[in-house]
Amino acid sequence: MNQPQSYLSSARSDLRSEPRLVRALIIAIAVIFLTVFVVLPLVVVFAQAFSKGVGAYFAALSDPEALSAIRLTLWVAAISVSLNLIFGLVAAWAIAKFDFRGKTFLISLIDLPFSVSPVISGLVFVLLFGAQGYWGPWLQSHNVHVLFAVPGIALATIFVTFPFVARALIPLMQEQGTQEEEAAVSLGASGLQTFFRVTLPNIKWGVLYGVLLCNARAMGEFGAVSVVSGHIRGETNTMPLLVEILYNEYQFISSFAIASLLAMLALITLVAKTFLERHLDEGQLPRGN
Amino acid sequence: MGLTLTWLSVIILIPLAGLFLKTFELSPDQFWGILTSRRTLNALKISFGLAFAAALVNLVMGTIIVWALVRYRFPGRRLFDAIVDIPFALPTAVAGVALTSLFAQKGWLGAPLAELGIKVAFTPVGIFVAMIFIGIPFVVRTVQPVLIDLDAEIEEAAASLGANRWHTVFRVILPSLIPALLTGFALAFARAVGEYGSVIFIAGNLPNVSEIAPLLIVIRLSEFRYADATAIAVVMLVASFLIIFAVNRLQRWAQVRIPAH
Repeated sequence: MNQPQSYLSSARSDLRSEPRLVRALIIAIAVIFLTVFVVLPLVVVFAQAFSKGVGAYFAALSDPEALSAIRLTLWVAAISVSLNLIFGLVAAWAIAKFDFRGKTFLISLIDLPFSVSPVISGLVFVLLFGAQGYWGPWLQSHNVHVLFAVPGIALATIFVTFPFVARALIPLMQEQGTQEEEAAVSLGASGLQTFFRVTLPNIKWGVLYGVLLCNARAMGEFGAVSVVSGHIRGETNTMPLLVEILYNEYQFISSFAIASLLAMLALITLVAKTFLERHLDEGQLPRGN
Repeated sequence: MGLTLTWLSVIILIPLAGLFLKTFELSPDQFWGILTSRRTLNALKISFGLAFAAALVNLVMGTIIVWALVRYRFPGRRLFDAIVDIPFALPTAVAGVALTSLFAQKGWLGAPLAELGIKVAFTPVGIFVAMIFIGIPFVVRTVQPVLIDLDAEIEEAAASLGANRWHTVFRVILPSLIPALLTGFALAFARAVGEYGSVIFIAGNLPNVSEIAPLLIVIRLSEFRYADATAIAVVMLVASFLIIFAVNRLQRWAQVRIPAH
């Protein structure tokens, strides 16, 4: 990512740079903007969470309601990440290694959940499974609960996190081409052997990258889950939903304590992402052609 | 292949088809009536108008940030580069409560602003602020790689042909960034239009004043007015289809303009 800085280029660099004052101004604007709009909101979460001391913080987190929200969030993330991992691998494999009609359409379909409002992502499941929905009455008569229950939350989360793994893998697999797989197959490897011994090791960092981002979004999703959850206390509240409920009840310490866990998740995700990006860059270098 | 298509249709196609089918249960008059009711129109105006304004701010500030990150060396540059991704990574509900407490009347920024007579939290300005927060990484991350890859020789040629720095930047560099800038703008706009979590806490949610369209969908759902919710959702969905389409065209345009290396 860094530009090579040779002595030659620094001799020419005055042609490519601005007066010192302009430079200082641009840096100042960038730093102030990012501090006000991005750093301060993050700091405020922790400041509020610990504003009544460490004891109150941990008391808020060990509340049964908080614990049940944490448990539900972990469950939902585990379900949606593993299903989307399988799908993402298969979809990326199909798109990158084979040619077929409608490929561009398929790619834009995969991208769709990224650009749809999370509220709409939740709404579509209400229309399918709700009391007035297409399958709602049938489900009700068979005593199956989807909406306002864990299956609905999982479905909505799968919908919004659908693109992450596939999106991380498609460019990587396209770049790697099919030579290695062809070699494996011509040496007598079966399809599955080729996949697990040749393809998967080549894309392992990409897989981790997709899973990481998918997991972060799955644990943090709010809009879609809020529409389908029904907010049943201790049963269908995920962590982000509990943040909202406690906040609206003016229980700021508890609300920000749970928010701080989610903020830490975001920070860890970012650090891991930077680490993985470095691996991905390295992995791609020798394959330049 | 088969698995891909099956999974895709179960998770994405069927739900979306359900949304459109539900809309066709309405007569055109009903549909039109819902959309042109005062509250719906205002909510759509607020969501689209403020998202557009916020995306404009992000376009300008994003360009300045990219310029500082790519062209200059300053202490903490790598840290600030990483920080740009926080709005992507931070769950929207967390961003919502954080921004609200920051800009509330007794908040770190809200208090000094209140002394100046500026109220941010629980007004449309608050919505605007939240939309800026959520959109900034889109512009930065779309423009950054393009500016890094920009050929130094074009600038040097411009300079050696006698263009001053101002001319080089505005006549040579910025025009070649236009496809990336427009893509970043469109992505930030699309995200802000549909944004829910980070906005509803700070918005105040007064009907006709500070009520965004996604919130109105949620309200209609909780009132069991599914038809109303669906009609608003379809309009927003069509808008986001159009934006994706525009972005795809933009990217093709960029590839034609700048031949691949």
